[in-house]
Amino acid sequence: MNDRMEPVVSVRDLRVWYGTERGAVRAVDGVSFDLLPGETLGLVGESGCGKSTLGRGLLGMLPEGAQTDGEIRFKGENLRTVSRSRLRDMRGPELGMIFQEPLTRLNPLMRISEHFEEALRAHTPGISKDTVERAALEVLGLMGIPPTRYRSYPHEFSGGMRQRLMIGLALVFRPAFVVADEPTTALDVLVEAQIIRILHDLRREFDTSLLLITHNLGIIAEACDRVAVMYAGKIVEVGEARQVFRDPQHPYTRELLRSTISLSTTGLNYIPGAPPDLTDPPPGCHFHPRCPDAMRVCEELDPIDQELSGGQRVECWLHGPDHLIGVDGRDRLRVREELSVADEA
Amino acid sequence: MVSRAGSLPRYMLQRLLLVIPMLFILLTLVFLIMRVAPGDPVSATVGGQLREEELERRRAALGFDRPLIVQYLDYLGDVARLDFGTTITDDQPIMNIVKENGGATLTLTVAAFAVALFLGVVFGLIAGRFRDSAGDVVIRLLGIATYAAPVFYTGILVKMLFAGNLGWLPPNRATSGFTESDVDEHTHILLVDALWQGETEAVVDILEHLVLPAATLGIFICGIFVRLIRVNVLQTLQADYVEAARARGVRESKVMRSHAFRNALVPVVTIIGLQVALLLSGAVLTERTFEWPGIGSELVRYITLRDYTAVQGIITMFAVVVVVISILVDIVIAIIDPRVRY
Amino acid sequence: MGVFRVLFKPFGQTTGLARWLLISGLLLTAMFVTFALFAPWIAPYGFAEEVPKKVAPPGDGFLMGTNDLWYDVWSRVVWGSRTAIEVVILAVILGLLVGVPMGLVSGYVGGWLDRILVLIMDALFAFPPLLLAIVFAFLFRDLIGGGVMAVALALAVIYVPQYFRVVRNTTLSAREATYVEAARAIGAPGHTIMGRYLFSNVIQSVPVIGTLNAADAIGTLAALGFIGLGIQPTDAAEWGFDLQRALDDTEAGLWWTGVFPGLAIVLLVTGLTLVGEGLNETINPTLRKRRLRRFALPPRRPAVEEEAAR
Repeated sequence: MNDRMEPVVSVRDLRVWYGTERGAVRAVDGVSFDLLPGETLGLVGESGCGKSTLGRGLLGMLPEGAQTDGEIRFKGENLRTVSRSRLRDMRGPELGMIFQEPLTRLNPLMRISEHFEEALRAHTPGISKDTVERAALEVLGLMGIPPTRYRSYPHEFSGGMRQRLMIGLALVFRPAFVVADEPTTALDVLVEAQIIRILHDLRREFDTSLLLITHNLGIIAEACDRVAVMYAGKIVEVGEARQVFRDPQHPYTRELLRSTISLSTTGLNYIPGAPPDLTDPPPGCHFHPRCPDAMRVCEELDPIDQELSGGQRVECWLHGPDHLIGVDGRDRLRVREELSVADEA
Repeated sequence: MVSRAGSLPRYMLQRLLLVIPMLFILLTLVFLIMRVAPGDPVSATVGGQLREEELERRRAALGFDRPLIVQYLDYLGDVARLDFGTTITDDQPIMNIVKENGGATLTLTVAAFAVALFLGVVFGLIAGRFRDSAGDVVIRLLGIATYAAPVFYTGILVKMLFAGNLGWLPPNRATSGFTESDVDEHTHILLVDALWQGETEAVVDILEHLVLPAATLGIFICGIFVRLIRVNVLQTLQADYVEAARARGVRESKVMRSHAFRNALVPVVTIIGLQVALLLSGAVLTERTFEWPGIGSELVRYITLRDYTAVQGIITMFAVVVVVISILVDIVIAIIDPRVRY
Repeated sequence: MGVFRVLFKPFGQTTGLARWLLISGLLLTAMFVTFALFAPWIAPYGFAEEVPKKVAPPGDGFLMGTNDLWYDVWSRVVWGSRTAIEVVILAVILGLLVGVPMGLVSGYVGGWLDRILVLIMDALFAFPPLLLAIVFAFLFRDLIGGGVMAVALALAVIYVPQYFRVVRNTTLSAREATYVEAARAIGAPGHTIMGRYLFSNVIQSVPVIGTLNAADAIGTLAALGFIGLGIQPTDAAEWGFDLQRALDDTEAGLWWTGVFPGLAIVLLVTGLTLVGEGLNETINPTLRKRRLRRFALPPRRPAVEEEAAR
């Protein structure tokens, strides 16, 4: 639908590796995607697949010892290579981040007003308290926080309210791009729905592009335009959320959707095995040891990004390209029954 | 997570109720050790120096001829009225000693505490800010060394250097002779009296005498502040809210000032209560080193005289002071930081 | 010996500054232990042996000079190590002997006994340690004289509450642990459970507290000596006593009588502190900063398609 728009964020071949005692962890290993203005892209996957690292990597908020490579193009600049001070200046006005655990993200000794003053003053030195207050109250109003609470301390708010404060602190700048890293995981279900509603309405109020990281497929269905499925440091499938949910093209996406619980679920489905050790991922397609459809080629060659007719992009040998698959490449690696045995070995 | 308003009085009451058994145990312990164990404190103190009739008279005067349980209840009752007894050797009420010498001890401890806090904050913040740098390593090593050095050893070195070799400051006592005659005593805190009467010369003289003892005691206890503040800065810099502030593009220098420093200083208040014990112990030794006319010097003098009731009285008084200050500190913390009261 | 394994474990795990500090701590401690063990051979004179010269400056046959009691300062420093280490070992062992069983019983039996013991120990803990030591030293000096044992007893009293606390808390948590429950179900008698399971848990934290207390005890021992409650100079050489004597010398410009005994205290306390903290870091590894391994991102593998095109 937005085919001809310039993307706000354009990531190409991004890699983020961590050095540890056991060797390099390939948390993000060659990821590419685009994000259009005002669009919400859901990033979904199991824990430890590199979602959070990807989100943080985009804003340059990685811990010491991480190394990156590739390109993060944002408004004509490569965020991966711009200077630290340039990146710092962009965080806030251009780039926002919302974290997982709202309870610890506000300084307990600072009033809410001081948080807003600190943030806005960092980018507009000498801005008056009144101006800050006006901007803050406007955004807090949208978050459903009454102006009377502006001078309260963080501990006087509930978890859900604190997350709304965090969102308000990110949106007060009206940034072009926001990363929300599991913003509702620490909250209860009713509050979760509120926060998702707010994030869903972002586009209307702020025209902000959002990368929404979650492991909850329900949230994706509710709040996202497109969805990217991540497995072992790679994006294995990207496409319009409804399209992907209706017709998943990657076996991992399919299994992930099957394993969610809904009212119509009759039995519990799960994907056997565990996500691979990212210091030493399996060769070829990282999912092949757990994949019910694995073929000979899957353990030999890295899968290649394919654009399908429905607009989805998939990295899976089931979708070709055929000319690279060898003579017996399409042979089944195993029959389904063997899977659990192979996994235990 | 919302704080319950109005729980402060309840917290204070709780705190007080907890302290009463503790004080009771301390007093009982001191009584057992100082009065019951030696048998007869009078002959233990001045036995052999005086004739038997005189000893008998003193025992009667101090009430040692009564049953122990009566003496014990008397002792508790007296302490409740802030009467800590009378010395055997020179028949002085302990409260007189507190009145005469307490001002000097108070002046020394307050000044030393200020020195310790200042050094602790400055070096703790530097060490925490520049973790693992040369400065951090030097500060940490100095912290270990100053804590390892007994306060009287530091005192001796400081005296040798600044009073002996360099001759900048007076080595001993709290004043020169002329000051004592110039200043009339009202509060028994000489510095306050001198300031009150506008005796500039006396004030300067008192301050000059204060520098070495206060610095010595301050250096001794600052190590704990340095450590605590350093660790707090390190922890705060890793706090989630600091990362969140960075994500809003707040400069690192501003993060330091408004988050790390501020939050690192709050826990310092919480250890002030613990520091009082160390401060008092240190004060006794510092006073002895610099001939400082405080309660600690008196304690050491009576120890040398083997005066049982004097030592008992002064120690009891210290115990009460430590307990009272620890409650006060807790209450102050509860007022400052409402999260403490939960 | 398990103790030695704990002692040497840090070497493998620490690096850089931490290892350097631990090694210097061990070296310093070892030096004073050597002084203590071989004092009669190292010290040129006895600790209370008068030498021909009074207050002679260092050099000229007297490495660290002599003091106003006609004693050789270097000999006093060496013999002082023996006194310090004797007193500290005695004090720590006495403290352990009282504190550990009390903590075990208190934690295991619980109830009123536990509550009362905790209250008493908390009261002792809140009291300034030096003042506590003064009270007990004052008493013991009259009861058993101003010897090594009297001071060691006074110091032991200070550390009892610490051992009690650690042991009681460990016992409480160990009692909750399932394996004790299991042993009870099998029918092992009560004292076997306490002896075998709990003691082995407790023994881990004792080396750390013991070392740090030893460091603290050296300072307190010297403080008692300094205010005249320590060991009589004819009983043994004691650094705190020497410092008290040196107090008047400083104004006369005699620096060596005070500087050397004090330096001995500083070095030994520093050594013990460094060892204790080294041990602590291995037992609580969270204090350590995780090390980061440097690595280089390997060049991207050429895409399969390009390969195929060739």
